[in-house]
Amino acid sequence: MDATYTTLANFAQTGGLLYFMAIFAGVVVYAVWPSNKEQFDAAKNIPLREDD
Amino acid sequence: MVKQKARYLTVEEGGFALLLAATAILGLIIAGRTFDQVLAFHASVIAAACAVGTFYILRRYFDGTYERAPLEIDGKPNYNMGPAKFGAWASVFWGIAGFLVGLIIALQLAYPALNFDLPWTSFGRLRPLHTSAVIFAFGGNVLLATSFYVVQRTCRARMPGDILPWIVILGYNLFIVVAGTGYLLGVTQGKEYAEPEWYADWLLTIVWVFYLFAFLGTIWRRREPHIYVANWFYLAFIVTIAVLHIFNNMSLPVNFLSSKSYIVWAGVQDAMVQWWYGHNAVGFFLTAGFLAIMYYFIPKQAERPVYSYRLSIVHFWALIFIYIWAGPHHLHYTALPQWASTLGMTFSIILWMPSWGGMINGLMTLSGAWDKLRTDPVLRMMVVSVAFYGMSTFEGPVMSIREVNSLSHYTDWTIGHVHAGALGWVGYISFGALYCLIPWLYNRKLYSTRLVNAHFWVSTIGIVLYICAMWVSGIMQGLMWRAYDSLGFLEYSFIETVDAMHPFYVIRALGGGLFLLGAVFMAYNLVMTVARKEETEPALTPTGAVAAE
Repeated sequence: MDATYTTLANFAQTGGLLYFMAIFAGVVVYAVWPSNKEQFDAAKNIPLREDD
Repeated sequence: MVKQKARYLTVEEGGFALLLAATAILGLIIAGRTFDQVLAFHASVIAAACAVGTFYILRRYFDGTYERAPLEIDGKPNYNMGPAKFGAWASVFWGIAGFLVGLIIALQLAYPALNFDLPWTSFGRLRPLHTSAVIFAFGGNVLLATSFYVVQRTCRARMPGDILPWIVILGYNLFIVVAGTGYLLGVTQGKEYAEPEWYADWLLTIVWVFYLFAFLGTIWRRREPHIYVANWFYLAFIVTIAVLHIFNNMSLPVNFLSSKSYIVWAGVQDAMVQWWYGHNAVGFFLTAGFLAIMYYFIPKQAERPVYSYRLSIVHFWALIFIYIWAGPHHLHYTALPQWASTLGMTFSIILWMPSWGGMINGLMTLSGAWDKLRTDPVLRMMVVSVAFYGMSTFEGPVMSIREVNSLSHYTDWTIGHVHAGALGWVGYISFGALYCLIPWLYNRKLYSTRLVNAHFWVSTIGIVLYICAMWVSGIMQGLMWRAYDSLGFLEYSFIETVDAMHPFYVIRALGGGLFLLGAVFMAYNLVMTVARKEETEPALTPTGAVAAE
């Protein structure tokens, strides 16, 4: 029981850490990827580009 | 052109007419058979509302004059703004009602005789009425109205359906009425922020699924290739609230003729699900949804694009991935295992980062245009709301730390914290959005900027009085509870702490009164904006405004 708990807790803690770091790294890379810049600059102005 | 005389009932009209008629009949059967008076009342209200809805759909069809609104007129999207208008006015109404009930219960705490010894006006019934009215009725209608507006404009597409958006906005307000009258009549699940009983929960679930359809359908037919960040936040709010609402209301009614139900989760699991729900109601209803407002209305009003679009992407994903874990900090020192409460506390502290990233993004949108704060009180209101967001998302993680929580929990400090967020952040960003939205929807100029200025100052003084009073009273209360004398006995009896808090309760009620007064100024201002018929020049927003980076 104790061993199972420890194993599971270790797996969850390490796995959770890696999982979150990987997602965060992925998001940051996506956000700063140079070829995405043009798309984001266009997106930034969507609210201001509206025509009535 | 040959005028086509008859047309077939559309699938949308037929479907909704059938659904509403079936619900009306079901409501009548339940109302007729139940011995539960409140359920009979609510079933009758729902049946009447559904019958009226069916009547309108069918009358519109048989009149034969109604033609389906075109998706575009002269190559420009033909936006459907009627439901957004309704939502905006509903939020003004519910806001004032909710603030008023808040003032009444604040006065009841200072002067208990004001509960009039009646069950319907007792604190226990009015308190959920206040919280639901301000969060779900006021805040919810602001979110519905602004999301309908923003998603259509930033996708440059008309919302799907003619009836669907009306079912969403009217159905949501029907839920509010059923929930609110239920509290007054003593029907409650007793779960904080999830008080409505099973049948009201079902009503909300159905309406919410239609809301998701309406929102996703607009994104689906968008003309703009990119989905603007505000829509991501709205979508996270809609999807997460659906999941939270369903899991926290997995309750079985005693039978279908009773308003009473029991939750399927037992003991500490129920508590954990409740606070997983409760904290994410803060995280996704009161934060993600209103951040969507921030990301659209501040750039629009400041006439500058958001400071950093890249930061907004990191902000979004970090916020939604972290918030969902923070709930257990509501259950420190309970039957919940310590690792779970540590987990909640850790994630609450990590939340500092995305929260402040978002705050910086909102505030820095004004860089190079700070002078607008002097001349535009609407923009000032929204910027101050972002500052309050920063303040309460700093305070929250501090309070989630177990040792701090041992002092703050169950005291007025919590109430002060909640109101810093609710009055300062949610309230001000909503007022700012309404001051923008109503003039834009009706193509009018705002009636009085000076009145907005008055609203801003009166409310700000109100908030400062409120939260300072609650800080002092809360910390005092916590310290009095844990004070021991030299023999190890408790220094103070409970009633002594209550007595000591009286002056702060009076100050708090004064602050709440000022906040209500400000909202009355706003209501007058908005009504006059539409009542006097002065149109604006067709607003030409500068395209490609100078980026702030």
